[in-house]
Amino acid sequence: MAILINENTPVLIQGFTGRIGTFHTQEMIDYGTNVVGGVTPGKGGTTHLGRPVFNTVKGAVQETGAEASIVFVPPPFAADAIMEAADAGIRYCVCITDGIPAQDMIRVKRYMRRYKKENRMVLTGPNCAGTISPGNAMLGIMPGHIYIPGRVGVVGRSGTLGYEAASQMKALDIGVSTSVGIGGDPINGSSFRDIFEIFENDPETDAVLMIGEIGGPQEAAAGEYARDHMKKPVIAYIAGLSAPKGRRMGHAGAIISAFGESAPEKVEILKNCGVFIAPTPSEMGATVRNVISSLKKVA
Amino acid sequence: MDIHEYQAKELLAKFGVPIPRGALAYSPEQATYRATEIGGNKWVVKAQIHSGARGKAGGIKVCSDDTEIEQAAEDLLGKLLVTHQTGPAGKLVSRLYIEEATDIAKEIYLAFVMDRAIERIMVVASAAGGMEIEEISTKQPETIIRVSVDPAVGMQRFQAREVAYGLGVDPEIITKLVPTIMGCYRAFRDLDATMVEINPLVVTKDKNLFALDAKMSFDDNALFRRPHIAELRDKSQEDPRETYASDRGLAYVGLDGKIGCVVNGAGLAMATLDMIKLAGGEPANFLDIGGGASPERVAKSFKAVLRDKNVKTLLLNVFAGINRCDWVAKGVVDAVRELDIKMPIIVRLAGTNVEEGRRILDESGLSLITAETLAEAAEKAVAATKAA
Repeated sequence: MAILINENTPVLIQGFTGRIGTFHTQEMIDYGTNVVGGVTPGKGGTTHLGRPVFNTVKGAVQETGAEASIVFVPPPFAADAIMEAADAGIRYCVCITDGIPAQDMIRVKRYMRRYKKENRMVLTGPNCAGTISPGNAMLGIMPGHIYIPGRVGVVGRSGTLGYEAASQMKALDIGVSTSVGIGGDPINGSSFRDIFEIFENDPETDAVLMIGEIGGPQEAAAGEYARDHMKKPVIAYIAGLSAPKGRRMGHAGAIISAFGESAPEKVEILKNCGVFIAPTPSEMGATVRNVISSLKKVA
Repeated sequence: MDIHEYQAKELLAKFGVPIPRGALAYSPEQATYRATEIGGNKWVVKAQIHSGARGKAGGIKVCSDDTEIEQAAEDLLGKLLVTHQTGPAGKLVSRLYIEEATDIAKEIYLAFVMDRAIERIMVVASAAGGMEIEEISTKQPETIIRVSVDPAVGMQRFQAREVAYGLGVDPEIITKLVPTIMGCYRAFRDLDATMVEINPLVVTKDKNLFALDAKMSFDDNALFRRPHIAELRDKSQEDPRETYASDRGLAYVGLDGKIGCVVNGAGLAMATLDMIKLAGGEPANFLDIGGGASPERVAKSFKAVLRDKNVKTLLLNVFAGINRCDWVAKGVVDAVRELDIKMPIIVRLAGTNVEEGRRILDESGLSLITAETLAEAAEKAVAATKAA
């Protein structure tokens, strides 16, 4: 049992029939994801990739029993698509779309709070590569073959840097329970802390690797959560040592605008919280290996 | 995206924020003409560049007649103004804003920012205006007032009153301050700003309120729906290397080193820069070519990086996911041939079809330096740069 998704989770594709939606849906189906249908307003009643197309998420949920969705809708309409999923009773939504206005995301987050915590949809992203429970299901755009099943949880902002970590771990024969992309935007669905909490409660995850970066308060908040509430060890790498202050490094959220948001400052905070630090990006895998092998010795 | 002071003032004035009379000038002659139009007997000539702290850098001059205005304009126009925010290269002054001088009785700090911790718009105000916010928060943190806005209903007038009374201004100013605060909020919300900063917002001796300086930044992701904001972009205020790249859809940040970097994905690009630094080198840039490293984008990225004449070595780092390494390798070979690149090129490919990709690089006959890991790529790039 990985977190957020498994091979049984019925998945809906929002922005199903577009070029990008079509391509990645096929990849997800090939990986074994249980794709039950898709939504493209105006194309309801047709079929695409052998799955039914619906006009609304609500209609799709009623017909298919979908529990998770993935959003490929273009930025001007993506916030609306996420809110539609939340309203239709989707439990878990991944938003891949890059370029959603920050104020739209503020509105999405506020909208989601209309629902009681137990009925509230979990959102990861936007601007992420998605989530994969290796060997079970993939709700994203990552190359599935670079992950092997295992017991380390991974959570990160970046797609390709996450792939780098996964392949370093694969080379050392370390598997992943679930890898979650929370995305590079300043306002995102779930924070590092939110995902830490889910991993801490997952009996199939032994340790967590966090791949953070400059900008924003989320890495520090996650470090404090790990210190106060987690028994499982946390390993972290923070990208952006050479980033100048006030400059946006690709991701909309990767900008140092306040005290404590630079890479060295975040590393210092995390160290003080008892988090293990991968000193360089090429040592993410090795640091994870050292931490989990010391766990085994204790046990 | 940043805009100039005069542009921010024009925008804010439409939302009811009071601004002193002022006008734009591109020449000394026009500057004196503008001053005559504005009237009065004291003016301020302000260099328009995308930076704060212009006053300390000599970019703001108080003048009391035509000769002084002409001299100030003469001194400022065409000059590269260096402030502690611009970096040593400075920024070019090509526009001046001529404004009537104000008799200041009190200076207030007022800003609206996007607070990432609470995911809301936040008002930050202080009665200790005139200083930068960093300085206020170290010297007089007790003066800082913070109010957050619930996005479901927007800012309420009582919140604006709370801020206004908290600033301790006279009662007759409150009636002007509350609509000013509300106006800034509406401007922030309606124009998809990420920052509105009025510092100082001044109370004059004759009990008026004016935004004496104004700064606004906008959400790049929202420019598609704010075309009149997108039009305000001034490329002369940007690093030309960055303008070239951003006009071609590449996320690029210019740095000072000699190793030009081309990487797919923002996180991996930052990590590559880190690795170069840890290996004892200095990157010339950050560049994210995006998830799919198509041959066209590889070529485009090389061109963008090579415009920086400090670049002595190129480092390409691509983790191919859905795009395959063989396809990326072909793109690299084509781009290197087409652009006839002579400097050392380190290529690190990883991910899908990596063996096939490396075979294409090896058999190309080009003198490419290949690397298997991130660490190896960085070390080889640093070594090649030192040898060059």
